[in-house]
Formats: sequence, C-alpha cells, structure tokens
Amino acid sequence: MSNDARTEIRSFITTKFPDVTFSDEEDIFALGFVNSLFAMELVMFIEKAFGTRIPNEELHLGNFRSVELMADLVRRQSAATVG
Amino acid sequence: MAMTAQTRRAPADLAEVVRFVDQEIAPHANAFEKAERIPREVLSRVAELGLWAPFLPSESGGADMDMVSLGRVHEEVGRGCSSLRSLLTVHSMVSASVHRWGDQAQQEKWLRAFAAGEKLGAFCLTEPDHSGSDSTAEGTTAVRDQDGWILDGRKKWITGGQVADVLMVFATTDSGMSTFLVEADRPGVRVTPLPHVMGTTASMLAEIEFTGVRLEPSALLGPPGWAAGTVMTNALNLGRYSVACGSLGIIRAALEACAAYTSVRTAAGVPLRDLPHVRQMMSGMVTARDAARLLCQRAGALSDEGDPATIMATWVAKYHASKAAAQAASDAVQIHGANGFSPDHQVARLYRDSKVMEVIEGSTQVQELTIAAEAYREVAQ
Ligand SMILES: Cc1cc2nc3c(=O)[nH]c(=O)nc-3n(C[C@H](O)[C@H](O)[C@H](O)COP(=O)(O)OP(=O)(O)OC[C@H]3O[C@@H](n4cnc5c(N)ncnc54)[C@H](O)[C@@H]3O)c2cc1C
Repeated sequence: MSNDARTEIRSFITTKFPDVTFSDEEDIFALGFVNSLFAMELVMFIEKAFGTRIPNEELHLGNFRSVELMADLVRRQSAATVG
Repeated sequence: MAMTAQTRRAPADLAEVVRFVDQEIAPHANAFEKAERIPREVLSRVAELGLWAPFLPSESGGADMDMVSLGRVHEEVGRGCSSLRSLLTVHSMVSASVHRWGDQAQQEKWLRAFAAGEKLGAFCLTEPDHSGSDSTAEGTTAVRDQDGWILDGRKKWITGGQVADVLMVFATTDSGMSTFLVEADRPGVRVTPLPHVMGTTASMLAEIEFTGVRLEPSALLGPPGWAAGTVMTNALNLGRYSVACGSLGIIRAALEACAAYTSVRTAAGVPLRDLPHVRQMMSGMVTARDAARLLCQRAGALSDEGDPATIMATWVAKYHASKAAAQAASDAVQIHGANGFSPDHQVARLYRDSKVMEVIEGSTQVQELTIAAEAYREVAQ
C-alpha cells in the first residue's frame, strides 16, 4: 500500500511539475513550487485516489512535506478506516 | 438576519428557479440596485425555495445538490440579479466551509440554519490596507487568550456584510493564517455599510471592524496555520465557480436584452437586428455563452467527482466567463445606444455588475498568472 501510494503521489506531482526532480524523502515545500492551489490539489488528490477524508488534525504541513510523509498519512488513514 | 420564512428541504427544480427569476427577480433588479439592497422578502423567498445552500447533505437540512445543478441555479439567479447571486455565493462559501472543515459542534450549530437561510454567512478576507490579491489577512490578528482568542482588525468589501449573521474571518495567529466563525452581533464587531458601490450595488457590502472581539476556542474553523490556505482555497474555489456561473447568467441576460431590443428598434430604415455589426456582436455573445456554459459544466462535473482538476478548470471557467460577461455587457450598452445608459433598461446594470466579476474571486490579471503557469507546465511535459 505504502509503495503504491508513493508511486501514485509521485506520479501526480511529476505530472504537474515535470521539470522538478526530488526524492521521496525530500521536502517539496523547500523546492518552492507548492502554492496554496497545489496544496489544495494535493489534498483532493489524496482523498480521491485513496478514498479517504483527511481529518483536520492531520492537515498540517508536516504531513505533506514529502512523498514519504504523504504516503504515511495515506497508510494511517486507511488503517483508521479499516480498523 | 433571523428569518421567519417557512423553509423546505427539497430545493426548487430548475424550472421553478427560472420562474422565480423571471417573475420576482429580473423585473425588479434595477429597483434593487437603486435601493442598494435586496428586500428581506426576496431573501425569504430564496429560503422558501431552498436555494441558500442546497448542496449541503440532507441530514444538515440541505438537498445533496450536485455542483453542476448548483451552477445552473447560480447562473439563473445571476441572469436576473448579480447582487443576489453574490449573496448566494458568499453564503455558499461559508456553508461549504463549515461542512468541510467544521467539527461536529460547529456543524450542529450552523448547518441547518445555513441551509434554511435563517442565518446568513459572509466571507471576510479582504482588508482595506492590503492587496486583496495577496490574500494574507495580515492586518487582522487573533491572539490567544486564556479562554480563547481576541480578534482585532478591519475587513472591507464584504458582500452581504450588512445582513450577515456569521462572519467567516481570516486572521493571522501565532501559527500563521487561521479562520474563525464570528457572530456579527458580538461586542466589538462594527459593521459599516458601503454605499454607492459601482456594481452589485444591492449586495449590501460592508466594512467590518473588529476591536478586541472575544472568541471561544470553538470559533476556530478548520486547521490553523498552513492548512488555512487550503480552507481559503477551497472556499474561493466554490466562490469562483459561482461567479463563473453568474457571469454566464450576465451574458445570457445581455443577449436576451439585445435580441429583444434590436428586433423593435429601427435605424437606417431597418431593424437593428439586420445590421451586420449588430449580428457580429450577437454572434460573439452566443459563442461566449456556449463556451462559458461548457467550461462551467466541466468545472462542476470535475468537482462532483472530487477530481483535483476542478481547481484549474474553475479558474479557466471564471476567467473566460467574467471577461466574456464584461464584453457582452459592453456590447449590449453599445447596441442600445443612449437607451443603454438608461435605468429603464437592464443593460447599464449588467455593464456595472459585469465589471465586478473581473475583480472578485481572483482578478483577471491574477488569473492570467495562474492559468499561464499551468500552460507552461503542460508544455514542459
Ligand atoms: C463588489 C465587490 C464585492 C466583494 N466582496 C468581497 C467579499 O465578500 N469578501 C472579501 O473578502 N472580499 C470581497 N471583495 C474584495 C475582492 O476580493 C478584492 O477586490 C480582490 O481580491 C482584489 O483585491 P484588491 O481590490 O485589493 O485589488 P489589488 O489586489 O490591490 O489589485 C489591484 C490591481 O492590481 C492587479 N494585481 C494584483 N496583484 C497582481 C499581480 N500579482 N500581478 C498582476 N496584477 C496584479 C489586480 O488585477 C488589480 O487590477 C469584493 C470586491 C468587490 C469589488
């Protein structure tokens, strides 16, 4: 799940920003291309692609800084939904 | 604004909305503009028809209306009166935000009242001393107090501010920008009407000052700090969609007015409708209308699917529709000649209202920055 999530999240970002190169662990906000519009798109993408609703307490920068952290968020949300 | 109107759950179907606009809104829109207000009875009728926030779920008093249908409603209302459409827009933004980001207590407190139009919301982002395009809310602060927050600052150009009960206020906090729900009758809230505004003149705009307004912890809506940008973007996205649909309504109103006028007015011995330059302008309006409709439908359908592509699609729809509305209204005034300037005709009001659409919810220039950036990304792929 987590690897699939990584791949899908990475693919969503690179489709939008093909010029940017970054690792799964890298802080994408530090790269300077994420504005509030794209942040909203990321939230919508994760909710649609993984069939989840991100609760307010999980909506903070720390969860969206990198592909890895977003995949972790997806994993936590899926576990919460299942369990 | 406490309303006593009997409210109902199922919203009016589109045919009923069209009738409402044709009979109760469009014929009076010039009078609303002159009086600089929408009469209370009209706001109550909107409630009766279930149109304040029909997209809310039925358990919150809404009708689960999809975005494409909502767009059609806002288009029709915009065809009749942009000021009323503006009130629907900001109320929708606040209602949707409480639905999306509110905790259970906030939802229970507000959503039913919002759906019924018993309480009206206003969206308070823009400030008098800062560029509205920057959307930073830096002149308004909410400072933590032992038992909540203290809010200070000023907001300007607040649609519906004169009649709103609940203000959705963006303010700077120790963790960045955050969003608060503030009752308009709290001590320290001062609402000053903004008279004689050119365009959407009946939308009851206000400047709102907050002086040491005490708020409970429960006034905070959604996540604070970074994610408040998401709260704002989400609300503005809906607002932009509503304005796009309302602009489509303006184009239709301009077209209908011109079709009627040019059929009866003669010049050079023939009806105006037979003159080639009139036909050219009419063709432009038809094409702009159809393109706006397709763009609005696409944005609405993507939103209904929860597809993030709705955000850019909404920018494009609003960009086209607002510019096209301004062009159509300008052409409509031209076609009407001196009558185009008269309060006896609709088109002067359409002209004034249409210009607003190019400024609110992201000005044309700010949209060009965003849409062009997307184009460069697409080319880079
Ligand atoms: C009728 C009406 C109703 C409104 N209702 C509300 C409401 O309910 N709630 C609310 O919060 N606000 C409301 N507003 C305010 C509205 O959102 C702002 O007017 C809008 O965001 C633009 O901000 P501004 O007026 O400060 O213009 P500015 O941001 O000062 O812009 C001035 C000019 O500069 C251009 N510009 C700005 N930045 C850039 C840039 N980076 N690049 C190129 N050009 C740029 C703009 O396009 C514009 O032409 C309303 C305004 C009007 C007129």
